[in-house]
Amino acid sequence: MDCVATGANVKVLAKAIHSLSRIGEELYLEPVDDGLALRSVNSSRSAFASFQLSPLFFQRYQAPTDQSFRCKMPIKSVQAVFKSLSSLERSVEKCRIQLNSEKSRLTITLHCKHGLLKTHNLSFQDCESLQAVFDKESCTNVLQAQPRLMVDTVLHFPPSLEEVNLSVSSDRVWLRNHVEDDADSSRAMMTELCLSSEEFDHFAISSQTSITFCLKELRGLLGFAESSCLPISMYFDEPGSPVILNVTDSVLEANFVLATLSEDSHSKNHVNSDTKRPDAEQPPDDFMSDDMDSFLIAMETSELPGPSHVPTSPPQPINNRKHSASDDEDEEALAERPPNKKFCSLFFGSVLPTPSLTNQTIQSQEVLASDSEDENQTETS
Amino acid sequence: MPLSTQSQSDVDQYILIASLDNARNLSNILKAISFKDHAIFNATQNGLKVTVEDSKCLQANAFIQADIFQEYIIKEDAVGFQVNLTVLLDCLTIFGGSTVPGVCTALRMCYNGYGYPLTLFLEEGGVVTVCKINTQEPEEPIDFDFCSTNVTNKVILQSDSLKEAFSELDMTSEVLQITMSPSHPYFRLSTFGNSGNAHYDYPKDSDMMELFQCTKIQTNRYKMSLLKPSTKALALSCKVSVRTDSRGFLSLQYLVRNDDGQICFVEYYCCPDEEVEEE
Repeated sequence: MDCVATGANVKVLAKAIHSLSRIGEELYLEPVDDGLALRSVNSSRSAFASFQLSPLFFQRYQAPTDQSFRCKMPIKSVQAVFKSLSSLERSVEKCRIQLNSEKSRLTITLHCKHGLLKTHNLSFQDCESLQAVFDKESCTNVLQAQPRLMVDTVLHFPPSLEEVNLSVSSDRVWLRNHVEDDADSSRAMMTELCLSSEEFDHFAISSQTSITFCLKELRGLLGFAESSCLPISMYFDEPGSPVILNVTDSVLEANFVLATLSEDSHSKNHVNSDTKRPDAEQPPDDFMSDDMDSFLIAMETSELPGPSHVPTSPPQPINNRKHSASDDEDEEALAERPPNKKFCSLFFGSVLPTPSLTNQTIQSQEVLASDSEDENQTETS
Repeated sequence: MPLSTQSQSDVDQYILIASLDNARNLSNILKAISFKDHAIFNATQNGLKVTVEDSKCLQANAFIQADIFQEYIIKEDAVGFQVNLTVLLDCLTIFGGSTVPGVCTALRMCYNGYGYPLTLFLEEGGVVTVCKINTQEPEEPIDFDFCSTNVTNKVILQSDSLKEAFSELDMTSEVLQITMSPSHPYFRLSTFGNSGNAHYDYPKDSDMMELFQCTKIQTNRYKMSLLKPSTKALALSCKVSVRTDSRGFLSLQYLVRNDDGQICFVEYYCCPDEEVEEE
């Protein structure tokens, strides 16, 4: 793999990496035909971010000869390469990323003014593809705003605020800090902002709804969007469904997918709806053992089908479910890739104790008994 | 002015008197070598030399020439003593180190000789402070025996580009490796840290490179912890000369301009960490 970014795009690349560092500890690098994907996910799997840079973003883009190459590395090491944004802007003329697969090293070379050359050889680990499947188009509510609006709005909330609540009606948007139910609400400081639909570039709300998500992770995207001056689009449905924040231009696309609190954390709510059950994911990512009262994204990263995986063509059955959806239905399969490539699904909301890998289970949510090899099962209430 | 409060007999007792209208012209340069508590002062007709050492492997010297001082009187060929540098700096900045233009601390530094404390008269805005700092027997500074005839490689760089490199150095690396060569990579700083290695290459024809005299390829490693204090001197300087000799000893010489635009020098000597096979 060999790609070269020049001029202002070096700073964009750096900002993307700094943004991703707000999400997770590791940077996943996945060169694909239609560009380079930089991704990260947080430890509780409730936030996922992906920057897709098209070949046009680069002055030169050469995908790796091995199509299935993916790697991950501690994001701090990559951040160190792009440490000072101001000096990047001032002195870096070109940034070259090359893969040295024999030595398992990723080489990032910065060509700077005055002939100075900075070469960083970073070690990486091979890894699974990190991919969340989500479908913006199927979301019923869409907002689009200039980054300045979002930045100015979140400015009113303290940096320590974890969760923020976004409520929409037909002509207004409210942002409030989210206070835990068990906290003494008479003592907590409540902040509420109301924005009219006119403040938004695009305002398409199909139904009144209120979602709560993590603000800290959103800030990562805001920083990027503000510096690139690109509008931010928000796609969401009802509570429990993920909110997808998207920033796009002709050569790059950034998607931040954040889980939202479901209004009823009891899973019975989800039993009724055709919701997600986690497909098996690789053993180390045993999200099943996490405490999952909604607010979790179950990620599936299925490599080549192993013994615990049933090779499925998930897109199809999930799409069926989509159509037969009940209110909470949300996760969609974005069948952009052929099934034999890594397919990952992103499930939001409470994870049912019916982990199964087969299509049949997907279709019949009422079946609670698991026939999968997943070790843990969350309890249904 | 403190001078007026002293009697003539007091003045006669001093073997060294050095005065500055702006104490920062001394304190700033001393901060560039203040990585240890104790400093050896050696004053001669030429001026003041202050030395700080670390573990017999690193030595830093600050040179403040006689003509930097508004008053410089020395009654012996050489006057030497050792003081606690941290305490001295605290005294020099006792008025808080305000950076308001036009307001500065005036200094008169006096020394009676062996066994006497170092006396500082500091004045700012009409307020006078007198500090007496105990002195110790000066240790003999290490002679690194670094002479120009043994120098194999020498470069002079503008500090700005090195400042950037030093600020980005991977601190998880135990060593800083310096490669100097008449051919590629010419001048290279390398680190070997937890996430991988990094190299900073300065080509010989870079416009940041003022002088490039490398006779043969040399690669030496120095403990990062020893060189880290030199970044203070780098930050103050506008030019730096990097020299290595046949033993791999490193000499860094920094050209520092003080508040009044006068030139002072700071130099660092460092022993190499280990034998490295020459490439």
